[in-house]
Amino acid sequence: MAKYTKYPELLSPNGWCPGCGYGIIARLIYEVMEEKGVSQNHIYVGGVGCNANLYGALEGGNKVECHHGRAPVCANGIKALMPDTFVFTIQGDGDCYAIGMGETIIAAHNRFPITVFAVNNANYGMTGGQTAPTTLTGQVTTTSPKGKEGKPFDIIPQMRALGVDYCARGTTASLAEIRKLKKYITKAIDLQLQERKYAFVEILSPCPTNWHKSPLEANEYIMNNVIKYLPLGEYDTSKEE
Amino acid sequence: MVNITLQMERCKGCGICIANCPKDALAFSNHSNHSGYEYVQVNEETCVKCGTCYIVCPDGVFVFTETITE
Ligand SMILES: Cc1ncc(C[n+]2csc(CCOP(=O)(O)OP(=O)(O)O)c2C)c(N)n1
Ligand code: SF4
Ligand code: SF4
Ligand code: SF4
Ligand SMILES: [Mg+2]
Repeated sequence: MAKYTKYPELLSPNGWCPGCGYGIIARLIYEVMEEKGVSQNHIYVGGVGCNANLYGALEGGNKVECHHGRAPVCANGIKALMPDTFVFTIQGDGDCYAIGMGETIIAAHNRFPITVFAVNNANYGMTGGQTAPTTLTGQVTTTSPKGKEGKPFDIIPQMRALGVDYCARGTTASLAEIRKLKKYITKAIDLQLQERKYAFVEILSPCPTNWHKSPLEANEYIMNNVIKYLPLGEYDTSKEE
Repeated sequence: MVNITLQMERCKGCGICIANCPKDALAFSNHSNHSGYEYVQVNEETCVKCGTCYIVCPDGVFVFTETITE
């Protein structure tokens, strides 16, 4: 039986809403950093949005808060100056695919060895649930009161077209998927640490507050609806022909 | 022996652990913590220390420790 004693020491109590997926994401990334020996020696380059709770919640390492959308290119610069330090980003979907789309794409194109985590909760969580590029067709948000028109933006085909070595989409919405997500996170972190490669992981994360759902309903919404538009899975070019 | 401890002050009463526990060993306690959330309690008689609650809890409430008896 594994011993689970580290997490509460590393992650302080935080301001996320009940049932928010960010807490699980933070724990998984921290567990993997612990396993790889970089939990105290890394630079977390963060975005703007509900992930900002991470600045206070994560103990150890150094943190840089970037302007909204700019984290991957800031991480590029940091990695260029500190090539032996583990550098990763955590951003929201609005941060990554709206205001910061340019930076997300150019960082993937540059392929500096950083690890990019995009937390997709299908809206602008922190500012009150506005429509994001990832909002599902028909999803009601504060800026799409009659339901969003058009399709949700899917980053994975873009990452594949850019030729990144590894990209994946996981979710925190079920026990089995959390286990798989940890494998994706491990692979992405290993690529930077062992092979000096860029990797991208999107995480579908519930936002019960802005979805006006209970925590359990929000997880069901991901498993029953969101993954139909944004399928889960990993793409590892080292395993492809 | 594996021990399960709950840090009630961290619980936000989301209920995700209760829904996932394979042994129905978790339930709301009918008490609130200082943040005003109704926290969960564990029935140690039925809990099998499987760790599922640790994996699904977003707030780090569950702590498992191992006591080695010689
Ligand atoms: C340059 C700039 N424009 C707008 C904002 C306001 N703002 C703060 S958080 C946010 C949305 C965040 O959404 P997302 O990136 O999806 O993160 P979430 O809160 O959903 O995790 C916006 C628009 C800002 N802080 N800076
Ligand atoms: S608003 Fe949504 S994303 Fe932000 S903390 Fe609350 S549940 Fe999480
Ligand atoms: S360890 Fe397993 S059996 Fe015990 S409370 Fe947690 S989920 Fe239930
Ligand atoms: S999953 Fe965690 S925060 Fe949610 S009710 Fe259970 S112990 Fe509390
Ligand atoms: Mg968002």
